[in-house]
Amino acid sequence: MSRSFRLGLFGVSAAGLAALLLWSVAGLPAFGHYQGPYGTILNSAAQDERHVTNAVAAVVFDYRGFDTLGEEFILFSAVLGVALLLREVRDEGIEGVDDAVRSDALRLAGLAFAGALLLLGLDVVAHGYISPGGGFQGGVIVATSVALVYLAADYRAYRRLARTPAVDFVKGTGAGAFAVIGVVSLLLGTAYLHNFGPLGSSGTLASGGSIAFVNVAAGLAVSAAFVLLFTEFLDEFAATRAKTRR
Amino acid sequence: MTYLPYALAVWLFLVGLYGVVTSRNLIHLVVCLTVMQSSTYVLLLSVGYVNRATAPIFADVPKGTRAVDPVVQALTLTDVVVSVAIAGLLLALAIQLQKHHGTVDPDRLGELHG
Repeated sequence: MSRSFRLGLFGVSAAGLAALLLWSVAGLPAFGHYQGPYGTILNSAAQDERHVTNAVAAVVFDYRGFDTLGEEFILFSAVLGVALLLREVRDEGIEGVDDAVRSDALRLAGLAFAGALLLLGLDVVAHGYISPGGGFQGGVIVATSVALVYLAADYRAYRRLARTPAVDFVKGTGAGAFAVIGVVSLLLGTAYLHNFGPLGSSGTLASGGSIAFVNVAAGLAVSAAFVLLFTEFLDEFAATRAKTRR
Repeated sequence: MTYLPYALAVWLFLVGLYGVVTSRNLIHLVVCLTVMQSSTYVLLLSVGYVNRATAPIFADVPKGTRAVDPVVQALTLTDVVVSVAIAGLLLALAIQLQKHHGTVDPDRLGELHG
């Protein structure tokens, strides 16, 4: 199939698709005139039934917890796929890569930011069911602070911090803990991942029952998943660097 | 104007699809795919939006305050995570293709053998 023929075919079918999509969104309720009952119900249920003030976290870690478990394993298997594709036998990183940041000011500021960012990430994870945030968002911030070590220092410093077996372990523990919390619900005689534990008082860290545990499990799994992604790509980059230098 | 956010979602989807179809580089293709996927964020968040309502966070607003739908926001969160995971997987595949076949041009992949 020639390129121009393919483009022509795409033009015709995209025009058709555009027409269908516009027709279908025209059937939606006008923007801002929300009609579904679930959002309204959940907004009050999250506060009354679960004592959490972040309704999104209540949906992610409780009402739709089972879906989130599925999502967790999508992330898990995607990272596993990246590791399978890119990882060779090198648990402790590549030798002979010289990419150190020379500027002292940049190193100092970068590493100071990495510490602050790590704290921010942990804070966002911990308060996930009270204020905006949660295991997923906070986990990404924690992973970013590890990546900042690479940007501010060098590959060797990053690799000393993000040792593959340790990160693999955290990743497995996070994803596993999520699934195990669901089993605890079963043992208590309720549905899988049904909330358990004391609900505590709204707006404090001690609230939301098992949402807190699921939240931390997601935070562990997500931060380790993203650190692993960075590591695999950085290893690849470092291996190329080391090869061209020789 | 009340349908503008939906139209934006349709536009993002189509412009991303155009990029995917015409792409000459797999890295560029992955970026186009993430543009396509962002259309779903816009669509989901628009569907759940409520006029003159706050975010579904009730830490510092009185009980019963009108808020937007938290379900679509949670779906968007899932969507973002999946999007990043898939982008990472596809980029790893692109690296392997470059290593073994020396090309990331999808049009030249048909010529490859073994």
